[in-house]
Amino acid sequence: MYKIILATRYLLKRRIAYFAVLAVALCVFIVVVVMTVLTGLVSDLKQKNHRFAGDCVVGTESQVGFVYYDFMKILDREEFVEATSPVIKSYALVSPSWTEQSLGLEIMGIEPVRHSKATGFGKTLYHHRDDVSKAFEPVYEPNLMGCVLGIDVGHRLGSTLAPERNSKGRYSYSSRLDETSVSVSCVPLTAKGALAKAGLGLVNTRSFYYSDYSHSGLARVDSSMIYLPFEEAQMLCGMDGPIKRASAIHIKFKPDVKLEAGCERVASLWRSFRQEKADQMYADLLEKVTVQSWKGYRRAFIAAMEKEQTMMTAMFALVGITTVFIVFVVSYMIISHKSKDIGILKSIGVSNTNVLLLFLGFSFFVGLLGSAIGTVGGWRFLVHINEIEGWLYDKFDYQPLWDRTIFAIDEIPNTIDYKVLGVIILSAIAACLAGALLPCRQAAKQKPVETLQVSQL
Amino acid sequence: MSKNDFILKAESIYKSYRMGATAVEVLKGVDFGVEKGEFVAIVGTSGSGKSTLLHILGALDRPDKGVVAFAGRDLSRYSSGELNRFRNKTVGFVFQFYHLLDELNVLENVFLPTMVSKGIFGWFACRGWAKNRARELLGQLGLGERANHKPYQLSGGERQRVAIGRALMNEPSVLLADEPTGNLDSATGNGILKVFEELNRAGQTIVMVSHDERVAQRAGRIVTLADGKIRRA
Repeated sequence: MYKIILATRYLLKRRIAYFAVLAVALCVFIVVVVMTVLTGLVSDLKQKNHRFAGDCVVGTESQVGFVYYDFMKILDREEFVEATSPVIKSYALVSPSWTEQSLGLEIMGIEPVRHSKATGFGKTLYHHRDDVSKAFEPVYEPNLMGCVLGIDVGHRLGSTLAPERNSKGRYSYSSRLDETSVSVSCVPLTAKGALAKAGLGLVNTRSFYYSDYSHSGLARVDSSMIYLPFEEAQMLCGMDGPIKRASAIHIKFKPDVKLEAGCERVASLWRSFRQEKADQMYADLLEKVTVQSWKGYRRAFIAAMEKEQTMMTAMFALVGITTVFIVFVVSYMIISHKSKDIGILKSIGVSNTNVLLLFLGFSFFVGLLGSAIGTVGGWRFLVHINEIEGWLYDKFDYQPLWDRTIFAIDEIPNTIDYKVLGVIILSAIAACLAGALLPCRQAAKQKPVETLQVSQL
Repeated sequence: MSKNDFILKAESIYKSYRMGATAVEVLKGVDFGVEKGEFVAIVGTSGSGKSTLLHILGALDRPDKGVVAFAGRDLSRYSSGELNRFRNKTVGFVFQFYHLLDELNVLENVFLPTMVSKGIFGWFACRGWAKNRARELLGQLGLGERANHKPYQLSGGERQRVAIGRALMNEPSVLLADEPTGNLDSATGNGILKVFEELNRAGQTIVMVSHDERVAQRAGRIVTLADGKIRRA
């Protein structure tokens, strides 16, 4: 009990201890804020990628595609699969009707209803969010062939009615769509990978009218993707031959199916399917097909952010080392001032171990109090971080973190991850204990007769 | 006097300290014993090794050679835990400079040895008793009204009485006082010595170290330490 009492009194009555508490609090504050924002960004990015890809993707990077239909039927029969969606992915030259200038964009051929069941596509739409089946029906003329543009593609194509992104990251949609068309040209390939229209102009071209905008929240997707009706995209890419092909099948699992287990089952089904089709025509197309979870499928986009998070964590470990050093210095100073107390305590029977524990207890309280102050401060700051940023922008036209007209970020993420918070607090306390360990050991080893000598007072 | 009559006994104690490159021999074969209920004063000039001997008797320091025994048992055979308990319960120290903990108030300083001897639960179980005992001691020492004061709010004499209260808290067999009046004026020092006399009359064994012959005269027996040895016992 005396250890708790003395440790708290040393903490409260020694001004220098306040500096240690302040250092820990500051460190925890910074780490809580930055890690929350960064973790929020990574989590948001993952969520958006998950929404974009579904749970699992069976697909190929090859522009030729693969024979998908039979395997999709197998998947649809499986009880762990909730939905499947075949997708055509390719590149196209896209030109608005009013100019001959073309833009290289990605196209994605989908069946909107199926795709919305397998992924979060439907929720990214603006005009047809409540009735995805009409995603490719322009509201101004439903009989025209529609296309859904990534929300930032409109401006790249020069559309005057494309949604504007304001400084707070929100889009303002026009009540009507630009009633103009874009022509989409693709180079169709045969199942063998040869040019399907060699000597015939090489390309397939179709015109599509704007029917909706898709806001996936993924910068690259929103700025370079045009969604087309599945059959149209299949035709444009030459995958509509007697044996129809697709680039990928996006799969959604039933809610109770774990991602890894679901993907493993799909992979197993795929292996069986490949064996079964080994001696059939176009079996070689199946060789390049991979089964990936959404994390694997979107790894290239997620990995950079995760790497950044890892780097930030490593940098904060360095901040932690600074805290360890501060606590070391403060503990050393306090223990130097308290050598008389150590002698007194030992003269009344306190053991070396208990002297060690007393000063470690002091450091523990420094860590605990510092963490508590830093956490509360960080939490309050995070609660108001968007308001603060908004105020800075309104007053000084200054947006410290991200220019929303450039970055695909809406609000600064400020939801505290309690697991991360727990790790930060425990790390801060551990850093304090680590910093104090050496001085505490020295304190424990002090001889009472030396510390109580008149010359030492 | 037979060997078994001594509650605390030191035989052939040697102790030296290093001062730079040279070793200074402080105690050169000291033989000393205290009987139960005795009030012994150890006198000697400054640097004669009085305090060193007291520290060795109270197990705050170890001799280079020789035996210190309490109730016939050699202290060198005590485990570290037993030595801690010995310092906590068997002996009580009173130092020249009081050595109170500034962060604790008077009452807390007095009951500190009891708190040290208990774990958290043990302390909660006996805390009422300990506080009453500490208040009782403070009352006996004339500090009943000072229980909630901090050491810096007390005079030198009052601080020394608090130190005596702390030393007596666990009812030690032997009270070891190192120049208890050395930092006090004569009137205040006299008051402290009166306290010692009263305690001794009540049966408390006391070993007091002093360089002042007049102070030592208040003890029942005086031994002189000179050139690292006891002159007369």
